[in-house]
Amino acid sequence: MISSIPQSRTFRGIYAAYVSLFFIYLVVPLVVVAVFAFNDSLFPSLPWKGFTLDWFFNDTEPRLGVFHDRGILKGVGVSLFVAFWVTVLSLFVGTCNAFLFERNSFPFKNVLYVMALLPLVIPGIILGISILVFSNSLVNGVEDLLGWELEFLRPGLVLVILGQFSFITTISTLVISARLRKFDLSLEEAALNLGASKMTAVWTITIPYLKPALVGAGIVAFLMSFENFNTTLMLVASDSPLTITMFDRLREGSTPALNAISLLLMIVSAILAFISILVQREKGVK
Amino acid sequence: MANGADVSEFDLECSNLTKRFGGFTAVNNISFNIPNGSFFSILGPSGCGKTTLLRMLAGFLEPDEGDIRIKNRSMLGVPPNKRPVNMVFQHLALFPMMTVAENIAYGLKRQGVPKAEIAVKVQSALDRINLPDAGPKRVDQLSGGQKQRIAIARCLVLDPDVLLLDEPLGALDLKLREHMKVELKQLQSQFGTTFVYITHDQSEALVMSDQVAVMNNGVFEQVGDPQDLYYNPKTAFVAGFVGDTNRWKGVVKATSGSEVQVATDDGLTLTATGIGQGCKTGDAVDIFVRPESVALSRSADALSGMENRLAGQVKNVLFNGANSRILVQDPTNGGEIMVTLPQTGEFNDLRAGQDLHLGWKLSQAKCFAQEAGKASGAEVA
Amino acid sequence: MKLGNSSKLGLLLLMAPLLIWLFALILLPHVDMFFLSIREKVAPRVYQTSMANYMEFFNEPLYWNTFARTAVMSILTTAITLLIAFPISYYIAKMLKGRMKAFLFVLCLLPFWVSELVRTFGWMILLRETGIVSSTLQWMGVVDGPIEFLYTDATILVGLVYSSMLFMVVPLVSTLESLDDSYIEAGYDLGGNGFTVLREVVIPHAMPGIVSGCIVVFMLSLGNYLTPVLLGGKDSLWFTEQIYAQFITRFNWEQGAAFGFLLLILSSLIVWAGLKLSRQTLSETMG
Repeated sequence: MISSIPQSRTFRGIYAAYVSLFFIYLVVPLVVVAVFAFNDSLFPSLPWKGFTLDWFFNDTEPRLGVFHDRGILKGVGVSLFVAFWVTVLSLFVGTCNAFLFERNSFPFKNVLYVMALLPLVIPGIILGISILVFSNSLVNGVEDLLGWELEFLRPGLVLVILGQFSFITTISTLVISARLRKFDLSLEEAALNLGASKMTAVWTITIPYLKPALVGAGIVAFLMSFENFNTTLMLVASDSPLTITMFDRLREGSTPALNAISLLLMIVSAILAFISILVQREKGVK
Repeated sequence: MANGADVSEFDLECSNLTKRFGGFTAVNNISFNIPNGSFFSILGPSGCGKTTLLRMLAGFLEPDEGDIRIKNRSMLGVPPNKRPVNMVFQHLALFPMMTVAENIAYGLKRQGVPKAEIAVKVQSALDRINLPDAGPKRVDQLSGGQKQRIAIARCLVLDPDVLLLDEPLGALDLKLREHMKVELKQLQSQFGTTFVYITHDQSEALVMSDQVAVMNNGVFEQVGDPQDLYYNPKTAFVAGFVGDTNRWKGVVKATSGSEVQVATDDGLTLTATGIGQGCKTGDAVDIFVRPESVALSRSADALSGMENRLAGQVKNVLFNGANSRILVQDPTNGGEIMVTLPQTGEFNDLRAGQDLHLGWKLSQAKCFAQEAGKASGAEVA
Repeated sequence: MKLGNSSKLGLLLLMAPLLIWLFALILLPHVDMFFLSIREKVAPRVYQTSMANYMEFFNEPLYWNTFARTAVMSILTTAITLLIAFPISYYIAKMLKGRMKAFLFVLCLLPFWVSELVRTFGWMILLRETGIVSSTLQWMGVVDGPIEFLYTDATILVGLVYSSMLFMVVPLVSTLESLDDSYIEAGYDLGGNGFTVLREVVIPHAMPGIVSGCIVVFMLSLGNYLTPVLLGGKDSLWFTEQIYAQFITRFNWEQGAAFGFLLLILSSLIVWAGLKLSRQTLSETMG
């Protein structure tokens, strides 16, 4: 079953056909979404009525293109805002955690490490409701005791950011730790030996070494935040990120405008994926 | 950098250095001085404490007791980045994300040297190590030997008082290692910087050094120039560790002056020169004889001038060109002795099974008292 | 290096983000959710501790049916995903070399880079009554009228398996790649055939990958909301919908918290059992 072991032609043929079918299965839904963004019809379905760019650029109802659709554009803005903060926070905390777990020993290290992994095995919707419940208790408790109004901890973008941050940080921690583990400590010692202070050594040697992991983790964090639905659903208020906006539209009945925005998302994702692969490859050379 | 207020003939002086890890004493009350501009090696098996000693000199470890003085200035409490010493790490620790030039410039940048001056210094360092065009290259584009030179240049460009080298040749293949030994020695005399070189490879230490300290169990067994260590070992450990040697255990039967009569455990009676105290009648001793100091002959008469004589049978010829040896077995007791095969042509047809006579002089056999519980150096493998 | 007072302070500073994250966003919220779930409203603004919310779950067949159904469907999803993904991963890891291998591997990752919403939308366009599959079948003359493929259990499975594929393929490919070809060759050399080598060499080696893939897929299916709602419609009966309904529609947070806790227990149990069965720890599987 490896290339050095002979197999019958039939077996190879069937195997290759199976793999091809699998990739068709993988690609078809995405192709369909992309193609119907250009259908000159009010519905993203057959029959094909000709090619149009209306669903991107037209500025009047009922064929409102995405670049003129305020709801969609606002959703994109909110999602970018959320994703930016989630990325920044999770990279910062992930880097701290990586240094903490890889470089230090302290009491309860293993317990804390397992706890840090837990968000990966807690369903997103439960992370969402637990944070909803706790922030609600906190707001009410503080109001009863001290009379302060902690409005920002009511459902809204702050909670959405915190909710996504709570599990994306696990991923950034794992990615950055994996890279830091491969770091040769004598590089830092060499920097000290050549006259750098501890902070300078970390800043000029260790952080540049971690750069591929930071870029990779940053891209993953950004995309996961941008695409997150489950946790966001429970914590969102009036300012909806794009996924929530699209979900509501989808339930009302879809127009090819949704295909158009989906296609744009796919393109952006593909570009980010490409960057992340390039960065990983550069890392692989060393 | 060193102010050089008090001029001393020693770049590095260590007194009563001690370092313990828990109950284990890694470095035990070591004192030594290294003259300016010399190549000083610390030779010892792994775990002897040489790395601990080097890391104390570099400032990565603080000694529990004793003092380290560089150019007459105590280094106690001085962090590694403030010491006038630089180090070539075991795996070189060249920064992989920087170019060669950036690597060499790293220390100068930390000192706040102006950019233009850095460029000049980096280029002159590259010229001196014969890699004038390597500046813009990435570290992973260099060969093993080139990396070595860059790592050394990265330190020497800072003009340190002492350069520490932590077995930097260990990762190279044999041929390159031989070449780098010569090159390192040349670099050292060219720059005139004091080198402190640690290694477990006796050949590296013997070839390059002005002075060698043989270290074992946290102490220096002997400090001396390479010839001294090889020909006049002061302890059993040095005799066993520096160079290859035959070794017998035995008991002293009689003494006369420094001459000692020993009955070995495998039944021979040998005459040897007693070294140090404790080779008195009845003492347990080790006798060391180097393979190249044993004379060979096909007839017993030719060896009549030797104090020790043996007849034996060639068990094995270990042919290796100039370094060929033979293993001779004493038929009476089965004891074996390794002898260097003289390349005079006389023994080119020697084969296993042939009878042979061996002899060596009293002065070539060193006798040391056995010390209870003390590890000795390696024997002929 | 020695641990002075300044480095102790440094350690504390370094630890602060971790502790804040874990306590404020993970531990305390779940503890709070648990206390909420064992609280019963007996009068306006009057509460008492009771198991009423959990009793409600067991007394109402709709709830525990949904619960069991969600669990079974998630297990099915996991099994199907594994069966489909294993030959694919093997093909990528062992039968391909160089560029083709890298290309197909990246192609497998593709759906992950695209939002789950977009993927599900694609399936809706394909499978609904006016969708591509239905139209194509009519055009080919296989069926007379339009067919609705949406809103069936099979459709939900198709969507879930599709979304999960990546999380199975990636760990499988990486463990299979680490299996040296010479082990397989040795297996054949010692008289094994394709099947025995697969069973005794390949699968045992790939076990860590299989387990971590299964755990993640199961967990994601159990906690999925989009796919069942969009592909399964109103009657998809997915447990996360019940949680959402209790929290958002009925505003019965106590009941919702109890449901959330039950789902968490189920998911933890399965993860724990998977780790026990394969004798692994969470750190090995995830780290």
